[in-house]
Amino acid sequence: MKKFDMTKDAGKISELHAGEFVLLSGTVYTARDCAHKRLHALLAEKKPLPFEPEGAAIYYAGPCPAPEGKACGSCGPTTAARVDVFTPELLDAGVKFMVGKGERSDEVARAAVKNGCVYFAAVGGAGALYGNAVKKCELVAFPDLLSEAIYRFEIEDFPVFVAIDAHGGNIYKR
Amino acid sequence: MENMREIDTKEIGGKLYAMILKAGRNLTPSCVAALQAAKQKESRPLCKTALGVCLENGKIAARENMPVCQDTGLAVVILEIGQNVRLTGAPLADEVNAAVRRAYQDGCFRKSCCDPLTRENTGDNTPAVLYTELTAGDGVKISFLPKGFGSENMSRIFMLTPARGTEGILESIEETVRLAGGRPCPPVYVGVGIGGTFDKCAYLAKKALLRPVGEHHPRADVADIEKKALERVNALRIGAQGFGGDVTALGVSCEIAPTHIAGLPVAVNVQCHCVRCEEERL
Repeated sequence: MKKFDMTKDAGKISELHAGEFVLLSGTVYTARDCAHKRLHALLAEKKPLPFEPEGAAIYYAGPCPAPEGKACGSCGPTTAARVDVFTPELLDAGVKFMVGKGERSDEVARAAVKNGCVYFAAVGGAGALYGNAVKKCELVAFPDLLSEAIYRFEIEDFPVFVAIDAHGGNIYKR
Repeated sequence: MENMREIDTKEIGGKLYAMILKAGRNLTPSCVAALQAAKQKESRPLCKTALGVCLENGKIAARENMPVCQDTGLAVVILEIGQNVRLTGAPLADEVNAAVRRAYQDGCFRKSCCDPLTRENTGDNTPAVLYTELTAGDGVKISFLPKGFGSENMSRIFMLTPARGTEGILESIEETVRLAGGRPCPPVYVGVGIGGTFDKCAYLAKKALLRPVGEHHPRADVADIEKKALERVNALRIGAQGFGGDVTALGVSCEIAPTHIAGLPVAVNVQCHCVRCEEERL
């Protein structure tokens, strides 16, 4: 089974190819619809983002509350397409990895190639499995958004598919 | 008041509380069986792998007492109350909402309910979407369905002309699933309401999702629509997670009601592969 660590293997992005099944590890920042709107506003005002975008990974997800003894509650991917309009500028700002579910717009696919980024498709609905693979969870920004706030996760062996690779490969285009 | 059975609404709330926790953490047995069959049958490796992840997720959720999916939905509650029941205690809706509030809190379920305009979260997943029906007898049937919105958003209503007939119904189902693509977390379970009014057929479509996956309507012509619709939907080759495989839907379930001579309402309610619901009787 191929493994990929977004923090340690950042130099190996070009070795990822659409259709590959990988176990993904490393640091990700959660962000859904509302958080993206706010990131967009910060970029527009040329203000710093609540996390360093260079080399960062964004996970389109909003977790359930953590039960006792766990870092995180159930937390599968949400539909990535809803934030497509905000994605190219984030990739231009340095974000390298995206994890979510479902197709992306052509603009996102083009921005991924331009910036050498990868979009991983996690399995929608598998919330317990992914939540269980979150080993650390820390609130980073926008606590008023509750489950839609930005959290920093340390994830371990997320089963995901390389959906859009840095070479223009795309599993949704057949 | 003779021959009336008294039931305290607290009893309904207590039962519902347990049902919510169980439903959120467990795929229904018929859903697990359908996912297993789909994995067996699937010829596209990407989809087969994804279906394996879905099944593994179901096991982890049950074992770790975690919600199957982080979208624990809006709380849809259907109470079928016998007309020989006299409800006592606090107002019914209050007890239902108290059960939702407590279960979503205790179960570490996500609170996904918000004001439609300000988008402010209500904070406790209330109010429930509560339907009550009066039925014969002196029992209460409680149904609970946590409805996630990735799939709910893909649902549609068609006001067909009677001339469209069965073919129109099949086309409506196919079109809904085709336009949804990979977004509702396929393989989906499709609930279809046929007949009634604009609102009634939507309610029937929701109720159709309560039927175990793979079971057919008792009326042969309705069961025939279910079978034909499933074939057509699977021929779309959307596949698990939209990866383009053989199994796009786990099943199609239809409920019908008489309608107006001038119309043929059809509602298609899409459910993701995490079919979660509970039914209990008091």
